Amino acid sequence: MIRAGVYGASGYIGGELLRLLLGHPDVEIVSAVSTTRARRRVDSVHPNLRGSTDLCFCAPEDIGDCDVIFTAVSPSVAMELVPQIAHRTRVLIDLSGGFRLRDRAEFTRYYGEHNCPELLGEFVTGRPETHRKELTEADRISVPGCMANAATLALHPLAAEGLIRPEVTIDGRVGSSGSGVTADIMNLHAERSGAMRVFKPQRHRHEAEVAQSTGLTVRMSATGVEAVRGVQTLIRVSAADGARLDDRELRRLYRDYYGGEPFVRIVAQKRGLYRLPEPKILIGSNYCDIGFSTDPEDGTAVLVAALDNLVKGGSGNAVQAMNIRFGLPETLGLGFPGLHPV
Amino acid sequence: MSTATAAISCPECESDVTVADGIRQNEIVECAACMSELEVVTVEPLLLAVAPEVEEDWGE
Repeated sequence: MIRAGVYGASGYIGGELLRLLLGHPDVEIVSAVSTTRARRRVDSVHPNLRGSTDLCFCAPEDIGDCDVIFTAVSPSVAMELVPQIAHRTRVLIDLSGGFRLRDRAEFTRYYGEHNCPELLGEFVTGRPETHRKELTEADRISVPGCMANAATLALHPLAAEGLIRPEVTIDGRVGSSGSGVTADIMNLHAERSGAMRVFKPQRHRHEAEVAQSTGLTVRMSATGVEAVRGVQTLIRVSAADGARLDDRELRRLYRDYYGGEPFVRIVAQKRGLYRLPEPKILIGSNYCDIGFSTDPEDGTAVLVAALDNLVKGGSGNAVQAMNIRFGLPETLGLGFPGLHPV
Repeated sequence: MSTATAAISCPECESDVTVADGIRQNEIVECAACMSELEVVTVEPLLLAVAPEVEEDWGE
């Protein structure tokens, strides 16, 4: 059994990590760390886990030695924490934004000064679809941001093949759980309900990740929408000189890149209620759905990608990376297909 | 339960469409990739065409 510890276990992503790891046949959770809930039962904070575990949260100093530690905390906490706990585990999988960017200057531009910039180069991007081989040997893994993961998966094949102009625009939409478990006045029901809040009209942090992963020049805005879970990104692209973007070409390209991927589906349908990727039906699943609509007249396309921000946008992706790192079947513990209707 | 016996490209999106044994002319099949409704134009050789949007009788 793989002995796993989770820091930030009382948060939303931490809770999803616990849910997935409790259902994983090869994992034993030895520590669920919470600075605010130490010694309380896990299911007092995550009621969906009632009957699944008698685990209690522990204080950071009480964590035992682990084979893998997940850190589901804020970037600033991760920067403090990671150097302190690295010796306690063979494999560390960070789900914060603290170690996603390789370039220190870029990190400073989007997040501020880094406490341990010397560690930035040690982390492998935890995106199996683009880094599977490196993940088999990676001891430090950084899981991509939710909107960045969706957008990168949609853009990667087109960028890698040089089919689009380098300037792309991403419109990201995200549910309220993307704000994390800490409430403030902005997240009062009276303020949030019914709102479509453009909380970052320009320079969302995830644009730096997408740029790093694709080599493109990325501009990204982000809007909080009336949903608890879910990410949907709409990406406007233009064909590079001499390239052609039409529906058949794009479908063939995505099939070539993702036809063998267990958690990426091509969704661009002519009929039905869900013709393009819709996060509503991905809740709880580890899928990223990718679709497209092309305009052959002007050579532009809109790429659409959707996922559950807490699963393929966080905890599920982390477990998938762990499976790869420990030589397990990649889909182990991740078989939930989502719900409909929901 | 029918046995899938033939694969042919979807005329709309070029994905593989598997067609069950014993399918007849004018029957409708669905492409799993783009969900287009496809009409069996001929059985031998197997030929599919995108079914018209509005018709009275699909032969189903």
